[in-house]
Amino acid sequence: MKSLTQGPFWALSRAILWGFVRDRTAVFFAVVFPLMFLVLFGGLFSDQSVGEVDMIVVGDVTLIDDLPDDADESFDATFDVTRSDDLDDAIAQVRKGDADVAVEQQGETLVAHYTQTDPAKAGITAGALQALVDGTNLAATGQPPTYSLDVQSVEDDSLDTIQYFTPGLLGWAVAMSAAFGAAATLQGWRQTKLLRRLQLAPVSTRTVVGARVSVTVAVALVQMAIFLGIGSLFFGLTLTGAWWMAIPLLVVGTLCFMSLGLLAGAITKTQEGAVNAANFIVLPMAFLSGSFFPLDAAPQWLQVFSNVLPLKHLNEGMLDVMVRGEPWTAALLPMLFLAIFAVVVTLISAKLFRWETT
Amino acid sequence: MTAAIEVAGLTKDYGDLRAVDGVDLAVDEGDFVGILGPNGAGKTTLLEMIEGLREPTGGSAAVLGLPAWPRNPALLPRIGVQLQASSFFERLTAREQIHTFASLYGVAASHADEWLERVGLVEKADSRVEDLSGGQAQRLSIACALVHDPEVVFLDEPTSSLDPQARRNLWDLLSGINDSGRTVVLTTHYMDEAEALADRVAIMDHGRVLVHDTPAALIHRLDAPTRITLADGETITTREPAVEIARLSEANRLDGVRVQTGTLEDVFLDLTGREYRA
Repeated sequence: MKSLTQGPFWALSRAILWGFVRDRTAVFFAVVFPLMFLVLFGGLFSDQSVGEVDMIVVGDVTLIDDLPDDADESFDATFDVTRSDDLDDAIAQVRKGDADVAVEQQGETLVAHYTQTDPAKAGITAGALQALVDGTNLAATGQPPTYSLDVQSVEDDSLDTIQYFTPGLLGWAVAMSAAFGAAATLQGWRQTKLLRRLQLAPVSTRTVVGARVSVTVAVALVQMAIFLGIGSLFFGLTLTGAWWMAIPLLVVGTLCFMSLGLLAGAITKTQEGAVNAANFIVLPMAFLSGSFFPLDAAPQWLQVFSNVLPLKHLNEGMLDVMVRGEPWTAALLPMLFLAIFAVVVTLISAKLFRWETT
Repeated sequence: MTAAIEVAGLTKDYGDLRAVDGVDLAVDEGDFVGILGPNGAGKTTLLEMIEGLREPTGGSAAVLGLPAWPRNPALLPRIGVQLQASSFFERLTAREQIHTFASLYGVAASHADEWLERVGLVEKADSRVEDLSGGQAQRLSIACALVHDPEVVFLDEPTSSLDPQARRNLWDLLSGINDSGRTVVLTTHYMDEAEALADRVAIMDHGRVLVHDTPAALIHRLDAPTRITLADGETITTREPAVEIARLSEANRLDGVRVQTGTLEDVFLDLTGREYRA
């Protein structure tokens, strides 16, 4: 009996996989290039979170020093505290921008020195210090508070940078390698007449297409593993419950972008032309689908338009299940959209398909 | 003896252009046939219809008694093809390449390695196909066409774009591939190649097969005069070369003399005309 790894399907899959792995440019654009963006965005925007306010506490400030443990924790989350005994030096640091606020206690009054350079930080500082004083006043009366505030964070637009960008950049990476792979293979094989040669070998079209699709899907899953691995290990990416639904979602997304690659391969005459056409489709789509920045601030018409783009649905679906904590069913509608898109584009490509370039 | 290939009234139109025009051709099993013709004569289209790659506009083509069109999975393992270009998987080594093709035909890897040895590519087995010379790439693609020991082999201009050394080298390989009774069909536009390799030659032009016979019979039928070129450049054209040479011998002028009878090239030019076609 012939072992499974010797059949035509495996031989073709292996041949296609080696062809990809040995193509340094393809590997670079499929893995390294998108990862550069992940590292860039992860590093670039992580310092911009407005939570961290640099505070200099001058002298003894009992209001802050005697905070109860639970209040102390939330205080630490907002402020990065350093100690000083020199008020003038502390104010000078605030003025230079090395610190955001300097606080001192004059009798019963908490005095805060801060600038309005960063309005967001100034607002947070004033609000947090006011809350601190109010809370301490209330505690001093010995009365339990009548009203209380329970803050439940709604993870959506307020997602951490890395939480937002990992699914989007992964979507872009997969879209690129799937579309480029399909376009370049179709054109390359057509030009060398390998397509014809395979037609004269006793293997079915299904086997050939199956091998090509399997390799691209496998590459997409490896891309996912690398992105999630690097995101979690180095940038504090935290996945939510139904993140595993991103796997079938990514598989359907891969098929969808392969169909766009086939279309690019079908309408062009050279391998370079096919890859350029795939790029022409995928890169603007990545911008308009929120892979590089959120679309919330984009004009209404653009947000509406983006709903016809498959990458938008892939990104939104992955955001929902990977970081927004949505249930697994949230991925179903994007998968349906991507599947229909894939079928329609594949049918168009099949219609335009030619065995030869001439 | 049964016919390996039987073509009757085969026609192919591309729009207004008739690429192949009512070709009849029968090739016996074990024959080595050369299809000779100028560029654009319809050689490749004819071959592709016999291989089952193109649907004929009219007529029929049968290989090993089976119709070539539509694509017949039962026929495919029995034929081997080498297409005009070097049809390889990108970035694979020579060995990986032939192993992949072997797997498509369910042939063991060890058998593929034997073919690599037979075409003299053992030392290049670990080189990627992109790094092979033109001659090496052609030898590899011929090995890939033969790896499953097909009964009929089609080779489409295997020596085009090769330098003279690589061509002769390939001839040695090609002349041996029908020793075991294999039928070989080869297209070429080199007369010397057809003359050296083929048992029978079909000369094609404007989509038609003009003649189909052994090279010797074709030259004999041409009934061309013999040309004798002397060392001093003087050329004598004669229909009685024996008499002329005896006369030159008496005159002691035989040193450096060249005697040319008709060649396949004369046959070809006689049939297709001498004017240059751009």
